[in-house]
Amino acid sequence: MKDGTYIQQPNRGLQVYAIVFLIVLYLPVLFIPLFSFNDSIYVRFPMQGFTFNWYVDLWTRDTVWAALKNSLTVGLWVSVISTGLGGVAARAITRYRMPGQSAIITLAMLPLIVPGVIFGVALLVLVSRLGIPLSLYTVGFGHLIICLPFAIATLLPRFEGFDRSMEEASADLGETGWWTFWRVTFPMVAPGIVASLLLTFTISFDEFIMTFFLSGTDTTLPIYIWTQLRFPREFPAVLALSTIILALSFVMVFVALWVGRLGVVSDQVQATIEGN
Amino acid sequence: MATTDAFISIRNVGKSYGAFRAIEDISIDIGHGEFFSLLGASGCGKTTLLRMLAGFESVSSGEIFIDGQPMSDVPPFQRPVNMVFQNYAIFPHLNVAQNIGYGLRKLKLPRAEQDRMIDEMLDLVQLTGYGKRRAHELSGGQRQRIALARALILKPKVLLLDEPLGALDKQLREQMQMELRRLQRAIGITFVFVTHDQEEALTLSDRIAVMSGGEVLQVDSPSRLYEAPQTRDVASFVGYVIVLDAQVAGRVNGQAQLDVQGIGLLDVPSAGTTLTEGDKVSVAIRPEKLTLHENVPSDDTVAMAGEVEMMTYLGERSHFHVRVPGCDVPIAISAQNADMQNPGAANTGRPVWLTWSKDALIVLER
Repeated sequence: MKDGTYIQQPNRGLQVYAIVFLIVLYLPVLFIPLFSFNDSIYVRFPMQGFTFNWYVDLWTRDTVWAALKNSLTVGLWVSVISTGLGGVAARAITRYRMPGQSAIITLAMLPLIVPGVIFGVALLVLVSRLGIPLSLYTVGFGHLIICLPFAIATLLPRFEGFDRSMEEASADLGETGWWTFWRVTFPMVAPGIVASLLLTFTISFDEFIMTFFLSGTDTTLPIYIWTQLRFPREFPAVLALSTIILALSFVMVFVALWVGRLGVVSDQVQATIEGN
Repeated sequence: MATTDAFISIRNVGKSYGAFRAIEDISIDIGHGEFFSLLGASGCGKTTLLRMLAGFESVSSGEIFIDGQPMSDVPPFQRPVNMVFQNYAIFPHLNVAQNIGYGLRKLKLPRAEQDRMIDEMLDLVQLTGYGKRRAHELSGGQRQRIALARALILKPKVLLLDEPLGALDKQLREQMQMELRRLQRAIGITFVFVTHDQEEALTLSDRIAVMSGGEVLQVDSPSRLYEAPQTRDVASFVGYVIVLDAQVAGRVNGQAQLDVQGIGLLDVPSAGTTLTEGDKVSVAIRPEKLTLHENVPSDDTVAMAGEVEMMTYLGERSHFHVRVPGCDVPIAISAQNADMQNPGAANTGRPVWLTWSKDALIVLER
């Protein structure tokens, strides 16, 4: 017999495939931070020497700071609103049996598969028809549509694992609906809420297509990067900026997954104990 | 059976979900300090009735009074009752002491007083020193005790228990039964206990309401329910029973004589007083009130002849199924194995004789 159980037999071919897959996926991305420290405006080997100049250059540009501020503002509002709406939706989906429930869930999740271009054009037509000027508000609205399904998908498992008798027990012990929410419901779904906030913020922060269609004079960081690509001299600064965004996004998604998983794991431990 | 000192008074209470009637016009009075059980198969409405007492389900018709107060407009968080949930509903994000002290926030007590009450409860449920543990570090029995302590710390007038022992294994369940009984005697408050386990209900309760299809079939003490069930359903739900059809053949000296299906004429002593000739009745026979003989009994008691169809060994006792000619169901007999009175009867096909004591037959109206 080989090592491992029937399900877990080692497979050398699959291991090689997985490694090649990861290299192909991440190697191009690794060139961005690599060349952001390169002392040359041209992205090519051999590299010219190590420099922080491109980062220092970024630091002194007001336009970068303005775009960053816009991105953060939109990201914060979008993450809070989409998580709030997502929480309400997740609770309704798990708590009530509604007619056409699966259709409602499918509709709520649709922005995941509808191309951003189509949503962007549609919203652009809509807001211009309504005479609403393009601004960060229209950008935020577009981001909300994209972020909502992610918020719902992140929060659904938390609410699905939520035992209704917990809230009943709180009511039975003398707490009203509001206090029950603060003392029982909220702490129990908190890991999901944190994960959803981080995830939706990251998505909003990185979003390009909707922003491209819906932004006015104020731009966000991804749009700023895109406009700078026309000027070859600015390219290393773009690389530096991309590196920063990349690093922050990675950290936030990892934290989001980690926090979300913490909750799920403790639930599983509990379920195992209860099962005994 | 309305008593004047009823502590919980359920008056013509009904519950409908749309066209479906979950509870049909139930009236029960429960006395102060009584251990009262709602017994029935799943879906009989017992949990719905309990949840109506707690305030989680509205009452469609009728009214529930607790300690003289109508409860219809009182929300769950203001009722003088507390509940132990079937899955215990221990808050996973709080430790044991925080769970037990959950309901104390509203009382606005000083911290030291709260801690003292929590410690007192931990002592009461024999979990002294467990205050800092997290809920997921506890066994099923311990979680059950915490659920009890959490409910009892608020000094409710009534404790509601929704199948609290269902998730425990047999040994722990028996231990917790003893403990529940001890607790209930110690605090002296009313317990309303929901269970589908008739043995558990018989062990624990002062009185039991047997429910089926949203109705109460009979409310009685455990021994009355077992010895004098009023209907066929109650007889077969509480304990094991064989039910045979019978007809009143005649009356002798104030006693009824029954023509029992497949068996023949039998005298029924006391129970048959209201019966008149020609009445169709059922006769229920408890297996443990029959005696198995390997030879024709010598004295003049009436004996039924048959042959052993099946024997099941159950440890402290054995069950025999005896096929009696003319009777289409085998008669069940339960015999204690203390004296191993019928070692040879394990051989199926053996001829045997059955005798019964005078109170073995329960006459039920059809």
